[in-house]
Amino acid sequence: MMKRVGAPLALMIVLGLTSAASFAQERARAFVGAQIYPVSGDPIERGALVVQDGKIIGVGPVDQVPVPRGAEVVDAEGLVIMPGLICTHSHIGGIGGADRSGPIQPDVRIFDSINVLDSGFRRAVAGGLTTLNIMPGSGHLLSGQTIYVKLRPDARRIEDFFILDSDGEPMGGLKMANGTNPLRAPPFPGTRGKSAALMRERFVQAQEYMAKLDRAGDDPEKAPARDIGLEALVEVLQGKRIVHHHTHRHDDIITVLRLAKEFDFRVVLHHVSEAWLVADEIAAAGAPVSMILLDSPGGKLEASRISLDTGRVMEEAGVRTAFHTDDWITDSRLFLRMAALGVRAGMSRAGALEALTLAGAEMLDLEDRIGSLEVGKDADFVILDGDPLSVYTKVLQTWIEGEKVFDREDPEDRLHAVGGYGAGRDQTPYFCCFGH
Amino acid sequence: MFGRIRIASRSHTLSLCCGPASRCALQGSSIMNRPVLLALAVALGVLIAPCAAAQLAVRGDVVHTMAGAPIENGVVLIRDGKIQAVGRARDIAIPDGWRVLEAPVVTPGLVDVRSTVGLTGIYNHPHDQDQLDPSSPMQPELRAIDAYNPREQLIDWVRSFGVTTAHTGHAPGALISGQTIIVKTRGATVEAALVRSPAAVAATLDPSAQRQDDSPGTRGKMMAMLRAELIRAREHMTKREQAGDDEPASRDLRLESLGMALRGETPLMITANRAQDIASALRLADEFGFTLWLDSAVESYVMMEEILAAGVPVLLHPTMMRSVGNAENLSFETAARLADAGIPVAIQSGYEGYVPKVRVVLFEAAIAAANGLGFERALASITIDAARILGIEDRAGSIEPGKDADLALYSGDPFEYTSRCLFVVIEGDVVRDEPR
Repeated sequence: MMKRVGAPLALMIVLGLTSAASFAQERARAFVGAQIYPVSGDPIERGALVVQDGKIIGVGPVDQVPVPRGAEVVDAEGLVIMPGLICTHSHIGGIGGADRSGPIQPDVRIFDSINVLDSGFRRAVAGGLTTLNIMPGSGHLLSGQTIYVKLRPDARRIEDFFILDSDGEPMGGLKMANGTNPLRAPPFPGTRGKSAALMRERFVQAQEYMAKLDRAGDDPEKAPARDIGLEALVEVLQGKRIVHHHTHRHDDIITVLRLAKEFDFRVVLHHVSEAWLVADEIAAAGAPVSMILLDSPGGKLEASRISLDTGRVMEEAGVRTAFHTDDWITDSRLFLRMAALGVRAGMSRAGALEALTLAGAEMLDLEDRIGSLEVGKDADFVILDGDPLSVYTKVLQTWIEGEKVFDREDPEDRLHAVGGYGAGRDQTPYFCCFGH
Repeated sequence: MFGRIRIASRSHTLSLCCGPASRCALQGSSIMNRPVLLALAVALGVLIAPCAAAQLAVRGDVVHTMAGAPIENGVVLIRDGKIQAVGRARDIAIPDGWRVLEAPVVTPGLVDVRSTVGLTGIYNHPHDQDQLDPSSPMQPELRAIDAYNPREQLIDWVRSFGVTTAHTGHAPGALISGQTIIVKTRGATVEAALVRSPAAVAATLDPSAQRQDDSPGTRGKMMAMLRAELIRAREHMTKREQAGDDEPASRDLRLESLGMALRGETPLMITANRAQDIASALRLADEFGFTLWLDSAVESYVMMEEILAAGVPVLLHPTMMRSVGNAENLSFETAARLADAGIPVAIQSGYEGYVPKVRVVLFEAAIAAANGLGFERALASITIDAARILGIEDRAGSIEPGKDADLALYSGDPFEYTSRCLFVVIEGDVVRDEPR
């Protein structure tokens, strides 16, 4: 990521901020006067959000948040600020995960397939999205490793989008699926029973592989031969990697919970067309759900009972609930709409906004960094011109780690926000400083 | 706030109601001159019995008649399935004994200008997918009445959001896929639902109608085949007309169906998305003189002069259609731009191959409303403007005396995601009274 430090440095000099400490920092920015939805707390009628060095350094009512000397003050009166939206299930980037060779391919990393210049990412930031879980598809029992990304500006390669864990490794989950999508001719399963048996078999292998690794300890002589697929499954068994599980029918949902219990892995239930039929069972298992709401039921048998009521029913049952776009199934530019449809069917406003942000962050193990507007968290936020749940509201700007990644006033950004001639083409590569 | 149902009752008014099936001169002329008639009734000692089956009145905080300015505090009186009167509550008394529906917002029943619902079903399995027969590229003889399933669940679904009329039938995807019909979204048989058959013949000038390893395989071939077929149909028509009754020329269902278009009885609805394909559709209409409906028309915003000159309406793609492939240049603002240019435009639900299996025109128009079209014109695009394009404005699309009593009642701005559809009325019958 390119840091545009030239101008702020010059300004700090002009402003006389010449101490060594000041030089190390970017100029703070304060967005003042907006209605702020911190999500971690109640909405603030007239609030201020102060960001610096990619982090939030202040948030609260205008009269309670000190604006640092020399900060750039942005008048946000009449606007609405909320955390950057988090999509727990996206397919943007021209992705290709597992292939036809078999139903279970944990060795495949989706990030090896992503085109960060894909115009889909421009549409995503136009919709206020800042963090995505990019996943392979659902045509396999296990279609590969997913990747959690931040849609930072000027990205050239997927590494520019990575979110690193404390070991410096890119964070991601594992994509699994059951129900009808992975069913086909051998070596794929032909029935639900076979699907579960194949998965259990592989998890047993992973358990044995993990035991060998444990027994070997630090002795490389005793370690089993490397198996990059089983290594990913071991991370699942160790709780380091969350399983993101496509599942629709009520009995398929229960099967996922059964497998998660048997092998003690962490799972997020995705799509969950019929979750409303087994809400109590999901709640008892403590599994979170990432749901999609669609404009009509059907399109396939197992989605014929998908319901706009799911959000409300999950909320009432006490299930942690997020939304996802499943982009391109739904358009990332209209992600806010999904929360509003949830509210239409009785979900609480607060719950619906949380389902676009903090709840999703939790399902990606990122709740300490993103998902709400709190001091110390990443400065990922969206500026809107009205109620987040109104059809008439527009995303004006999207910011990631203190950098503006979308501005509706920019003609090229606007093209991606509303569409038009040339909007569908992939982004032209950015050749910085070429010919200078 | 939700709507309420009540039975009208005023202590000081007489009931002036007749049985629903009978014509009552007194009642029929009484509405605007109630005091006079009351006096007359009292003078004559007449007490007319309350209805055996209550007639229906609808009250709205605002009634969008789509025939003049919205009426604040409006009342619609419905008698025998037709609109009898509409106006301000203070000008129109609701007769005693009438069933009264109340809601914040009342609109005409929505008109979906181009759908495949009823030919396409919720399960997306061969048994409920009758929108496209792949056996031959041109089959104008396929009638929608022979394929429409009036009990399809998805018809209930769109109706629950206020859609009362749909132009539905064969889908895009073949050079000529078949015929369409106009139906009301109720009725146990297609005959009971039918408004008009055939409504149009559906053709496609989009690469999606090209066939692998067969004709048509190119744009040039698509036009060549269509032109040849239309010429054959014209010759067949001439031969039939010239043949005497003694020796009638043999019939040809295929050519007869195109003959309806050539005689101007039935429009040829052509699906085209790229500007060049729209140009081809206009060229074809110019050569053969049929009535053209431009269907989908993603890039119509770059062809507005030509479309306007040809006097052709646009049955515009769903606003939320996926902007991929030949729709990659789709814009949320197209409806606004066409309307600004004076081109008749209505927003359709279209055809979906996967999910959402049916789109809801209310939702599609909402996105257009928020992207330059505005509330009034967006509502017109799914009511009166759609009815005018379809040529059914004498029955549907606005709330005016004499028209079919098709109404939708909402808890607020119908386009707001969080508003709910409270009641739906078709020809005076309350076909839905549960909030959606």
